[in-house]
Amino acid sequence: MAVNDAQRRSIRAQAISIGLAISPFGLAFGALCAESGIGVWEALGFSSIVFGGSSQFAAVSVLADDGTVIAAITAGLLLNLRSLAFGVSMAPSLKGSLLWRAGVSQLMIDESTAIGTSQGTHELRRYGYLWGGLSVFVLWNATTLIGVSVLSEAESLITDLGIDATIPAAFLGLIWNKLENAKHRAVAVIGAITALILIPITPAGIPVIAAASAIIWVRPWTIREGDNYE
Amino acid sequence: MSDAGLVVVLLGAGTYVLKALGPMYFGNRRELPSKFKKIALLLPTPLIAALVITSTFSSDNVITLDARIIGVIAAGIALWKKLPFVFVVVIAAFATALFRLFVV
Repeated sequence: MAVNDAQRRSIRAQAISIGLAISPFGLAFGALCAESGIGVWEALGFSSIVFGGSSQFAAVSVLADDGTVIAAITAGLLLNLRSLAFGVSMAPSLKGSLLWRAGVSQLMIDESTAIGTSQGTHELRRYGYLWGGLSVFVLWNATTLIGVSVLSEAESLITDLGIDATIPAAFLGLIWNKLENAKHRAVAVIGAITALILIPITPAGIPVIAAASAIIWVRPWTIREGDNYE
Repeated sequence: MSDAGLVVVLLGAGTYVLKALGPMYFGNRRELPSKFKKIALLLPTPLIAALVITSTFSSDNVITLDARIIGVIAAGIALWKKLPFVFVVVIAAFATALFRLFVV
């Protein structure tokens, strides 16, 4: 029992630190909304209903560049396809009533899955998933609110303080660790070049969606089971 | 409804389906085809790399070179030095702000 308590304590610490780590990103998302003329309620709608960091940034960036609603949704959904894989890997540890499963599914994000799947038993996996998901949910929405309300009051602050540069910086931070892997590095470079070529010649949003085609070049389906490519 | 509101509702609904399909439908025994898993886990990288590019260079369908590039380079150095995420973001903003203040 004592062992279990210690593990739970360490899971809670991990969950809270991961929540704090995403907080600047939440501020940046709020700032992006403010910069793009998106109001407080819509910003909070993104952070609570969509609740998927990179897809929120992608969708709002597309809208900010005058992209269409369809392009914004497509870019966001492509980024969230991985939730399906996360859900399948967490499902055995999240058994319960229909209502319970429907509720906890909303927390299916990178951070909750990362904490959950790194635990040894179903009970601790569920514990880690819930703590990770809730910690991020609360801090993500709180920082979104601060970002959008503080910065929509003073729009020139966004460029004066260089806040517009935090968006690409945050994206770079999201993929940085993956770039150590050759396949991820290859698709990142191909995706980036694809986007750069398409910016002047396609409507906004398309460069990001088209970048997905980069994975064809590395043929991900040939990756062997057990290869560390995540 | 505003465009942003529409995106919240539709992207929110689509994302929820993706999130919930595992816990709601797949049990212990059902597995996704491993091909799909491999694609789904690799896919975010090129998309996010593209977002780095569009959020650095793009404004209204034109490639724009401005102070944001300085911020992204500073962020790259901070990441390379393995600084915590908080510092990466702050350094990017700081470098960009300084550049705007003194250079352009």
